[in-house]
Amino acid sequence: MENSLTAKLKSTITYTILIIWALINLFPLYWMFTFSLKDNREIFGENVIGLPRNWLWSNYTAALTTGNMGLYFINSIIVTGLTIVFTTVFALMASYALNRLIWKGRDLVNSIFMLGLTVPIHAAILPIFIILRNLKMTNSYQALIVPYTAFALAMAILICSGFIQNIPKELEESACIDGAGVFGIFFRIILPLMKPALSTIAIFTFLQAWNELMFAVIFISDSKFRTLSVGIQTLSGSYTTDWGPIGAALVIATFPTMIAYSFMSKKIQQSLMAGAIKG
Amino acid sequence: MDSVRKNKLAIFLFIFPAALLFTAIIILPIFMSSYYSLLKWDGINKGVFIGLKNYMDLFTSKSVGFPKTIGNALILAVLSVFIQLPISLGLALLLSKGVKGERFFVSVFFIPVLISTVVIGQLWMKIYNPDYGIVNVALRAMGLDHLAKPWLGNQKTALLSVFIPILWQYVGYHMLLMYAGIKSISPEFREAAKIDGATEWQIARHIIIPILKPVIKISVIFAVTGSLKAFDLIYVLTNGGPAHASEVPSTLMVSMIFDRNLYGLGSAIAIFIIFLCFFFAITIQKFFKAEVD
Repeated sequence: MENSLTAKLKSTITYTILIIWALINLFPLYWMFTFSLKDNREIFGENVIGLPRNWLWSNYTAALTTGNMGLYFINSIIVTGLTIVFTTVFALMASYALNRLIWKGRDLVNSIFMLGLTVPIHAAILPIFIILRNLKMTNSYQALIVPYTAFALAMAILICSGFIQNIPKELEESACIDGAGVFGIFFRIILPLMKPALSTIAIFTFLQAWNELMFAVIFISDSKFRTLSVGIQTLSGSYTTDWGPIGAALVIATFPTMIAYSFMSKKIQQSLMAGAIKG
Repeated sequence: MDSVRKNKLAIFLFIFPAALLFTAIIILPIFMSSYYSLLKWDGINKGVFIGLKNYMDLFTSKSVGFPKTIGNALILAVLSVFIQLPISLGLALLLSKGVKGERFFVSVFFIPVLISTVVIGQLWMKIYNPDYGIVNVALRAMGLDHLAKPWLGNQKTALLSVFIPILWQYVGYHMLLMYAGIKSISPEFREAAKIDGATEWQIARHIIIPILKPVIKISVIFAVTGSLKAFDLIYVLTNGGPAHASEVPSTLMVSMIFDRNLYGLGSAIAIFIIFLCFFFAITIQKFFKAEVD
């Protein structure tokens, strides 16, 4: 009797803790979404945490038009999309050369790439800025795409290598006997088997590029090329007293991630852990 | 087959794009930064070689205020290891016991990790707002008006107020690492201990945590090096202010270089941050190795 009572008490405590922490994590999202649809009167006193009384979608119109969030959103998509494409293609190619082709200095090059996992972007920010300035390339998409790709490569190569090592060598050998050359083997045998690696790399790189702030703040000053993270910063500077449109901007920046997460939470969690477990 | 694998053209084509980018954007800049850190240079005129003077200035010059930023980063590191990680471990232990809605809780706890730090920063800025922020509104509603204050604008509270969202954001990340680690432990260990009459606490303390050490080591390394590199949330919330109260090495580096054009000094800070990250990563590795032996 006493045992079942303590067991019940224990499980109540467990659930209380878990639910409280869940609320702490969900509340900011709920609050962000509701105040993105309110006017100042509601946000500032009449209805601080309730659901909006009138759903003010005009906040979204304001954020998208006068706040330029539409443009920043497209910029983020261009920068993030191309970063993912380049990272994936270069990492696939490099990891094939590093794992399956035979050449001098292969191990050295591999360990240099792996060292890249530990280099913080601080080390490079000023030199890259000077290089970009000399090439008159600050304020462009490539000012972000090139560094983002470079910094995503080490992890992408690590993930790719893990997958390539699991492809049996016999597959390549039999293709070779059938007369396929190295490019044929790469495109017809290796690439089709690397699909699971691609989504892991894409997720990892997406989150890095979509959310990055330091490079974006420093390399981009022209509003034409601002990404969401910098755009929100400037928006909050100009809308200090009007919270609704800022809330709308925050929702716009967050919803692609949250939608993807609701469809494939497990895959996203595993992709982000891949970095820790191997690194 | 070997002749196919030794195709020189293929090797070159496959490795070249990655190697070029990596060299130009990561390797070369590390050497450039190291060299800049030995210059007195404003980025416009020619730099003058001054040896290690920038590094000496970092530790002796009062106006630079570098030691204080290191102190702040170390406070964050200590809070991460002794508050954030235990919360993560506690949640991971609770979840892995097998509760209803396990997947749901894991997914919800991980959400803050995915949200952009700028968005999180903006939200917390509003939570801390002196007039309308939820913290002060709640305090006033409870009749604790005297406790309401401009959290981010007050020199005494700014540092801790900035650290709370940083600690909160990554609880879920460490929780997931530890949760996955615990899940990979064979349930037989747990069953055997239970039959021997061990309590939940004893099982956690004597069976799960020792097996989990490699994961905890990674978490500690991430938490400490992450604290030394912290930038985004601090930049959004206070940018190091008020009066440098919440300044950390990264925000100081950016303001030295891009606001005050002290390229040499800023580079010295960058190099020192990297040095500290490597130093702590290696020290933590050694510490855990000694623990095992």
